[in-house]
Amino acid sequence: MTQMSGAQMVVQALKDQGVEVIFGYPGGAVLPIYDEIFQQTDIRHILVRHEQGAVHAAEGYARATGKPGVALVTSGPGATNAVTGLTDALMDSIPIIVLSGQVPTFMIGNDAFQEADTVGITRPCTKHNWLVKDTADLSNIIHQAFHVATHGRPGPVLVDIPKDVQFATDTYTPKARASTKHYQPRVKGDIDQITRLVEMMETAERPIFYTGGGVINSGPAASQLLRELVAATGFPITSTLMGLGAYPASGDNWLGMLGMHGLVEANLAMHGCDLMINIGARFDDRITGRVQDFSPHSRKAHIDIDPSSINKVIHADVPIIGDVGHVLEDVLKVWKARGRKTNAGALPKWWAQIDEWRKVRCLSYKNSDTVIKPQYALERLEALTKDRDRYICTEVGQHQMWAAQYLGFEAPNRWMTSGGLGTMGYGTPASIGVQVAHPDALVINVAGEASWLMNMQEMGTAVQFRLPVKQFILNNERLGMVRQWQELLHGERYSHSWSESLPDFVKLAEAFGAKGIICKDPADLDDAIMEMLDYDGPVIFDCCVEKHENCFPMIPSGKAHNEMLLGDASTKDAIGAGGGVLV
Amino acid sequence: MSPLQIEKGSSQHSAYDLRSHLSQDTERHTLAVIVDNESGVLARVIGLFSGRGYNIDSLTVAEVDHTGHRSRITIVTTGTPQVILQIKTQLERMVPVHEVHDLTVEGASVERELALIKVRGTGDKRVEALRLADIFRAKVVDTSLDSFVFEITGTPEKVDAFAELMRPLGLFEVARTGVAALSRGAVAR
Repeated sequence: MTQMSGAQMVVQALKDQGVEVIFGYPGGAVLPIYDEIFQQTDIRHILVRHEQGAVHAAEGYARATGKPGVALVTSGPGATNAVTGLTDALMDSIPIIVLSGQVPTFMIGNDAFQEADTVGITRPCTKHNWLVKDTADLSNIIHQAFHVATHGRPGPVLVDIPKDVQFATDTYTPKARASTKHYQPRVKGDIDQITRLVEMMETAERPIFYTGGGVINSGPAASQLLRELVAATGFPITSTLMGLGAYPASGDNWLGMLGMHGLVEANLAMHGCDLMINIGARFDDRITGRVQDFSPHSRKAHIDIDPSSINKVIHADVPIIGDVGHVLEDVLKVWKARGRKTNAGALPKWWAQIDEWRKVRCLSYKNSDTVIKPQYALERLEALTKDRDRYICTEVGQHQMWAAQYLGFEAPNRWMTSGGLGTMGYGTPASIGVQVAHPDALVINVAGEASWLMNMQEMGTAVQFRLPVKQFILNNERLGMVRQWQELLHGERYSHSWSESLPDFVKLAEAFGAKGIICKDPADLDDAIMEMLDYDGPVIFDCCVEKHENCFPMIPSGKAHNEMLLGDASTKDAIGAGGGVLV
Repeated sequence: MSPLQIEKGSSQHSAYDLRSHLSQDTERHTLAVIVDNESGVLARVIGLFSGRGYNIDSLTVAEVDHTGHRSRITIVTTGTPQVILQIKTQLERMVPVHEVHDLTVEGASVERELALIKVRGTGDKRVEALRLADIFRAKVVDTSLDSFVFEITGTPEKVDAFAELMRPLGLFEVARTGVAALSRGAVAR
């Protein structure tokens, strides 16, 4: 029966949970916890420059390691600044634990200095949250928070800790005795449904695997099982933005990413398939396009750990609720036990059709020898970095889609991007979280200049903690994706989608104590990228690219998978009035 | 949907689900949700409904197990079959939610609502109000020389009917508890 203060309990519980690093920012309501952090060396604290940065860094850390990320923020503005990161983690199912300070219990409700109703504000943007009113409950709640964040569909949780609870002394509950029994989501899939799926796989003429972030979240074993299943059946595979890397981009059966900016072969295969096997994806609107015309001739199996994902958007003929890793193991077992059958007569025809679609070469673009095309910049970045121990983060917009199209991911947990929420400003702090987890790896944040400016203060964190993150900014002096939509949808009226007074990124880098590189000429690009890679420290790379390049292929909103736009010629009046109201 | 186009499915009271998952017809369902009685739990449940645009026609909540600190929330909601299914699965995945029962499809159930109804009037109208109250087995729980407060218990439809009859007789104020519901028979739902 160890007695300790609430603040000591926080640090002890984090140690018991195996936490090695936390991202945070001190303030009045968390001073007792910071005092405890000061007096120990097991847990490393990374001081960010803004609480949003702390949460995104924790997300980046979590994605790159498969372990939960932890952020520590103060009450009031500290907590409200964490809201975007929490929502981002909720949408992308990233396990993070945010600990927030709160005014003392006897002042709650009095509009005290730096008071906010943190559990009220964060209730809809966390998987669960707790306000700890008694030190006796604190350690149990922190252990529960880790349990909830990492079990079932992962997600963010928040524990709000009033300052008097941090000072008071009580008994510490070790991890092993914490009450977590009430939350035990099911991981094994129903074997009857799995057998039905295998029966369909045996006869399908035009099958396709459609995989998502659930494969990554399930852990490296799930990716391994997926690769085994794809290799054994010979079925084509596509993935959402979130799932890139689960199956290697160099794999024979890889069709590329699907969805709004997905590849032609992936989208047409989804449209034309007769059996769709959704593994850990959620039929997001960026994937389905017009729901009524989504893959009209297929039977659909849906493997998801979250029952509410099933039948939410698209009716599942074979619903399988369970963890991807567990379910794939059973699928393989059943399929092997039944004699490893596939429809060998039909599959070659299906692949011949897919090869026809591949001939469109939808990622080809008109290169230039006077101006750097963003696609070219990413092709060169890929060529010069693909053999390294590489992690890629992105911001949100055109550059993000180009990165997904032109960079190849061979392994899971190597690709950190804000998919569901689409948070500009995600990439810089995420890259810091990744670099903290993998100090010797090459961590690149592929950014647009507008997104990058949203959390650029975190360069200070990178410099202070000697994190050699490479900020690769595709600078078109525009909000490129907004500009693209205004061109296609709003009569080329470019309302507020350009920036007139951008900083000199080289000087900005130097002001932070980092290295700045600018490149304007395609002929200099390789040397400039090599200079970035060779520099042992954080770099801001200002890659000045073509200002009006559009991102293709594109399924305009409100259209179906077979109504893709391929290039500038086809874009006139592409989005009808119905699609215009969609985002 | 015609009964001939039957689709084998998930309905609990029939071997066949006669409803199509594509149906756009709205249905009324009564859900019983057993939750931990912790602070904020009701806000969580209500926030789910408002945040995702679901309807709440009626909601009642009280702690029903004082030792285990469990509350029973009874929600009457309307939506298409697909929305009702979403509501149930969204409720089920909330951390403090232990059980979700759809009393509308999980066998027979009883529903009751209690209302207090204040009627003002004198003379014939006052006598008629009392006479109708007797027919509806409503109790008088407060009276003055020119008013009654009736207590009536029954299905929401019965309460509606009684309140409607009281309208010309001087209906003044109504307080309703919302629906409480339990399954019939020796099963716990």
